[in-house]
Amino acid sequence: MREMINMVVVLTVLSAFSGGLLAAVRTGTKDRIEQQVLKFQKAPAIKQILSDVSNDPLQDRFKIMDKEQELTFFVGKHDGKPDSVTFETTGKGFGGDIGVMVGVNIESDQIIGICVTTHSETPGIGSRAKDDPKFAGQFAGMTMDKNFATKKDGGDIDAISGATVTSKGVSVAAIQAQDIYKRLKPEIQKQAALIK
Amino acid sequence: MAQSVVKEFTKGLWAEIPPFRLVLGLCPILAVTKSVENAVGMGLASAFVFVFSNLLVSMLRNIIPSKVRIAGYIIIIATFVTVVELVMQAYTYPLFLKLGIFIPLIVVNCIALGRAEAFACKNPPLASVADGLGMGIGYTLSLCVVGALRESLGNGTLMGHAVFGPDFQPFRFMLEAPGAFVCLGLVLCIMNLIGKK
Repeated sequence: MREMINMVVVLTVLSAFSGGLLAAVRTGTKDRIEQQVLKFQKAPAIKQILSDVSNDPLQDRFKIMDKEQELTFFVGKHDGKPDSVTFETTGKGFGGDIGVMVGVNIESDQIIGICVTTHSETPGIGSRAKDDPKFAGQFAGMTMDKNFATKKDGGDIDAISGATVTSKGVSVAAIQAQDIYKRLKPEIQKQAALIK
Repeated sequence: MAQSVVKEFTKGLWAEIPPFRLVLGLCPILAVTKSVENAVGMGLASAFVFVFSNLLVSMLRNIIPSKVRIAGYIIIIATFVTVVELVMQAYTYPLFLKLGIFIPLIVVNCIALGRAEAFACKNPPLASVADGLGMGIGYTLSLCVVGALRESLGNGTLMGHAVFGPDFQPFRFMLEAPGAFVCLGLVLCIMNLIGKK
């Protein structure tokens, strides 16, 4: 009995210490990790979507609290007018979450483009969602009242053959972006107008 | 005392150099040695884990009950691996992306657990740290040798710089998984040849 209590106590204390240490390291590195992810994963997607803007969208960003979640919006300017935003949403893919950056023109409510940021899909199959511009290109130019679901689910998007789950994940992320945009539009326009 | 510490350190550099002499921890050496850069990153991350897990296991060797020692070691090793993972993510993000799943997999690296079980749980902290450091540096060197061979033959570069001139036809096979096995086998063979003399 004594031995058993000893085992339980030692392992519990060890786990508690380990948990504490990890929490501390996590807190210490959190901001930097966020910055690195921004620099190496989101920046290329943002640059691809907002390729012809006159400002640096990474600098001109704002945050809006949506329910429990904090969303970061990156603003792009054309001719000095802040008329487009991009933000990231996620959908469930075959190998885990797929991050999708969605760019919207806030004057015409049109999608400028979408771009996959992070994914763990099968290389050569699901990864085509990121690498093959044909699939992501379908979203460009669609207005916010369109159905972003795949054709199989009654929408307008052609899925990638052989990668149904991945395609669905991306389209779910796009639909989520649509929801968020519709809900937060006044707030997004207000905040974007404040960007100088 | 000082002599034995030096001995524990240097044995990891040749006599028991991982993974060639121990023939443990082969998974990362096959998977991440496509370039020297990856090899160095993986080696240093592993070395950090070996040193600190050895230190802690050695310090706690009389406290952790022997029946749950493996569980205890795994907690310790996993903690340091996660620390490495977070730090790499914060400071060397591109490298972190390349090494991917193999950083968290150091938790189940046989060398880390093997050193804890075979050495650190029976020896004082200083000798254990020396052992961990020796093993870590030895491991980094081994990874670098295989990495350098595979990168130079398979891609014609070393640390990203071309080494063979423009006429070199890269031997792509070396970058594939079978190339890793062949390369590992050749290095092991050469080491055995030298060791026999």
